[in-house]
Amino acid sequence: MYKKISFLFIFAIICSKQILAQDSTDLMNLLEKEIGPNEADQTNYTTATFKTTRLINGHSVENVGKGVMDVKISHRFGKINGGAYEFFGLDNASMRLGIDYGITRYLMVGIGRNTFEKTFDAFFKLKILRQSNGKRRMPFTISYVPTIALKTIKSQDPNRKNYLSSNLFFTHQLLIGRKFSDNTSLQLMPTFIHRNLVQLIADPNDLLSIGIGGRQKLSKRISINAEYYYQIPGYKIPGTTDCFSIGFDIETGGHVFQLHFTNSQGMSERSFIAETKGNWGKGDVLFGFNISRVFTIGKNK
Amino acid sequence: MKNYFIISLLCMLSLTMQAQKIYSKNGSISFFSKTSMENISASSNQALCVLDQSAGNLQFSVLIKSFVFKKALMQEHFNENYMESNQFPKASYKGQITDISKVNFSKDGNYSVATTGELTMHGVTQKINSPGTIVIKAGKISANADFSVLLADYKITVPKLAENNISKSIDIKINVALDQKM
Repeated sequence: MYKKISFLFIFAIICSKQILAQDSTDLMNLLEKEIGPNEADQTNYTTATFKTTRLINGHSVENVGKGVMDVKISHRFGKINGGAYEFFGLDNASMRLGIDYGITRYLMVGIGRNTFEKTFDAFFKLKILRQSNGKRRMPFTISYVPTIALKTIKSQDPNRKNYLSSNLFFTHQLLIGRKFSDNTSLQLMPTFIHRNLVQLIADPNDLLSIGIGGRQKLSKRISINAEYYYQIPGYKIPGTTDCFSIGFDIETGGHVFQLHFTNSQGMSERSFIAETKGNWGKGDVLFGFNISRVFTIGKNK
Repeated sequence: MKNYFIISLLCMLSLTMQAQKIYSKNGSISFFSKTSMENISASSNQALCVLDQSAGNLQFSVLIKSFVFKKALMQEHFNENYMESNQFPKASYKGQITDISKVNFSKDGNYSVATTGELTMHGVTQKINSPGTIVIKAGKISANADFSVLLADYKITVPKLAENNISKSIDIKINVALDQKM
């Protein structure tokens, strides 16, 4: 009797030892059972929704990193329908020279100078929400971008006293972006523009528009981008057209080259969203490019 | 009859004695790429590491996104273009310290050991053998290892433009304080 029980006992222990030995070969499984998987208690923030801080003309939800300076040189040439005489627009170039800087991971500032109407612009971009999964889930990245622009070109009307405030423009944009997959991202840009001075009494001072833009990656380092701003009737300058742009992003290490076609020569928000005159249907299309070069000045994190 | 009891008791005792496992949730892993153009390094201090002190089984797991670079853009490119961390979120190692019996865990000292195992990253698994050190100091156990891997072995491709800036062979440094018991 005793003998039998003891024998079974030993047999059971030997068996259990074997089971234990089997389990212990995958230590990581055991460990994750005990403390939970490595990623469970972490929020995974989406990165690289777009390749750079501009979609084409306008802002994307991307910020530059903390302590990173981004020098942007942008050109828009003349209209392609100028023909061979104008060298398909390349005889005319308008440019914007700008510097952006990341103060924190979620706040960047930037200044720029545009050839178009000798305009200075300045903005900040604040990330309000970040798209994420894991512990904290958020379907969108949302940023707020206010821009101020100052037109410094001399007034055409010598009889009128020109106040500084007459040449100021204010833009407020909300950027709502989502990276749907590694390759596809979309964003919506509701925009409000205020102009202090308008040409005619009937012209509105406050303009409303909504932009939609996106990118589709063609390879790891090349993507095709498109951007369209729809101006809401009654809140637009009569005679202007909606700005549509399409182009490529090409990324090489610290540079991003953006090559595109657009119907706007201006590059500050108030000019390309509200004052575009070009009509794609008539061939009023301009070739342009943005070059971005980043320099790391401060420390990351 | 008594003998059976004694044997079964011994078995139970051995059961409780075996399988002492120690682990760390914040092991440090860093890597270096040295070329004449530029030196690149990044580190993570969120590696999971677990060691079975008796059998010598050793495992690591680290999230690719936990590696921090000095330059934010490099970190983005590392995840987006090179490691494709959305698709392959983890790097893991499963192996063994083959001469674990050399290590006397109750005596201070630096013990050189040999390891053999498999490293998986970017969706590719490769055999890897590397010497390492187990350091025991005042009862605290830590493990160190230095080795290098070839990018090509793990199907990590470098574009022509960046070829001069990124080394083909990456040095990896591991330092883990195994201070938790399981």
